[in-house]
Amino acid sequence: MEFQSQSRAKILVYVILGFAAFFILYPLVLMLLNSLKTNFEIFLNPIGLPENPNWGVFAKVWAAANLGRAIFNSLLISLGTVLSVCTVTSMAAWVVARRSVPGWFLISLYFLVTTTIPIQMYIFPLYFVMGWLGLINQPLAVIYIYTAIFTPFALFLLRTYIVEIPVELEEAARIDGASESQIFFRVILPLIKPGLITVALITGLSAWNEFLIAVTFLQTGEAATATARFYQLIGRFSSNWPEQMAIAAIIAVPVVVFFVILQRRFIEGVSSGAVKG
Amino acid sequence: MASETTQAAMVDAARFHRIAEVRVVTPREPLDRAAFIRMLFVAPALLISLSVVLVPLIVTVTLSFTNWDGFESPQFIGFANFARLFSEAKFWAALRNNLLYTSLYVTLPMILGLLIAMLLLMVRVGRTLFQVVFFLPSTIATVVLAQIWKGMVYSPTTGMFGYLQRIGVPVSNPLAAPETALMGVLFVDMWHWWGYLTVIYLGALRQVDKSLVEAAFIDGATRFQVFTKVLLPSIRTTVLFMMLMTIIWSFRVFDWIYIMTEGGPGFASEVLGTLAYKTAFQQFAVGYASSYSVMMSLVGLGAIIVYLRIQVRTERR
Repeated sequence: MEFQSQSRAKILVYVILGFAAFFILYPLVLMLLNSLKTNFEIFLNPIGLPENPNWGVFAKVWAAANLGRAIFNSLLISLGTVLSVCTVTSMAAWVVARRSVPGWFLISLYFLVTTTIPIQMYIFPLYFVMGWLGLINQPLAVIYIYTAIFTPFALFLLRTYIVEIPVELEEAARIDGASESQIFFRVILPLIKPGLITVALITGLSAWNEFLIAVTFLQTGEAATATARFYQLIGRFSSNWPEQMAIAAIIAVPVVVFFVILQRRFIEGVSSGAVKG
Repeated sequence: MASETTQAAMVDAARFHRIAEVRVVTPREPLDRAAFIRMLFVAPALLISLSVVLVPLIVTVTLSFTNWDGFESPQFIGFANFARLFSEAKFWAALRNNLLYTSLYVTLPMILGLLIAMLLLMVRVGRTLFQVVFFLPSTIATVVLAQIWKGMVYSPTTGMFGYLQRIGVPVSNPLAAPETALMGVLFVDMWHWWGYLTVIYLGALRQVDKSLVEAAFIDGATRFQVFTKVLLPSIRTTVLFMMLMTIIWSFRVFDWIYIMTEGGPGFASEVLGTLAYKTAFQQFAVGYASSYSVMMSLVGLGAIIVYLRIQVRTERR
């Protein structure tokens, strides 16, 4: 639905929206601008353009902070989490959406309740048990924890996609003699692809940006994800703001680009309507 | 991520607690082979969650009645941790900060988000661009945003505030003073959050039936009346659900405070989340930290129950 409004009102609306956009973007722009200055220049001129942009800063911090390793860890953990979340939740969502096992309600309620529980409520035993098992600094352990944390959201999202698939499709396949797993993999899974893509995006982004679990369970420079590595380095680079901002940009910019590209496809995909089988 | 589908998922989840009221009778089928296979389909997600969340949660509750330090064997000490915690100024300060944080967080970004979403509804050109911009901060890591604000905005030497000070504007670094530290962090958190809400609300607003709005205009309603009488009621479910989620999320606040002030200066910006974490991992008083966690959960649960009660009461009217 749209509103038609006179041009004068429109100009005012655009001015307000422009202010709001500026309010959000300016700190992010400062990150980029100040990464290209010297420390002294930031002190003299913290809010303007750099005089002699120091483009070498990115290569310097990349090597000095061992960022390649951290980015690799982030990618590994994010992709691993996406794969495992999509696998286990799509299967669970199908059963929950179709209410096809006794206790489906309890299961859904349980997952709903877990979303309200603060991480501090289970992180301590988790940490000490992982310690005994020698799983601190292991990406697999973090993927496992992330899978549990990101499951409820993915489950309820996928559930809405599955509910929209007519049950008759499944029944028809059953009559044709398809097994339960064939029904899931051949009928349901292809139809919820858009939902899976959405889940993959959100889960991947959440895993990439996650802080608390990453900082607690990945303590060495070798094992740390980009966010955990950045936190480790903050102390070391505390007086060197250009280098700090350069690292920040290396972590943030790819994600922003990724988001902007996919957001467009996202809006188009959603507005063209869910794929109906 | 803003989309009608996510919307649907959220509204769906919001309706979820109503399913509980309707007794759904599932046929108790015999557990034949097909049903067993379906059980296997739920098993992985359930087992992972039980082992990461539920079992450690039970252990945490148990630990809160012990003096465990993470190494020695734990001693059972009854309610001693809770007695100690109640007599501590630190705990009450953290609780007060939590409640203050949540109450502001659930109101200010909500209102701003709604307003901006309404404005976005009035323009067509550039709408997608604005949406992307407003949503941007919620795609960037907390630790990155927190450092930008700390060093590039608030800092008296390298930040915008320092520059403003030098040209004579009376601002000072909010993170350095006990009175303003929490507000300084809260402002950054709200700055990164309101755009997300805007995008969610816009998605909901766009689903409102056009004919309702047109009918209202034909009946001579002003634009303001259309907003308050037609649009707001139509997206009520979304707003209420986002409020509930915001209460839950903001009560768990940890990252922003831990990164920007570590609960300081003194305990001025401490919240239950940072207090529990620091007590466990910096002082290794795991039993005591667990009692903070338990209190955090109980208060959070209380807030959710109070909210749901208020909501049910307004439903009945």
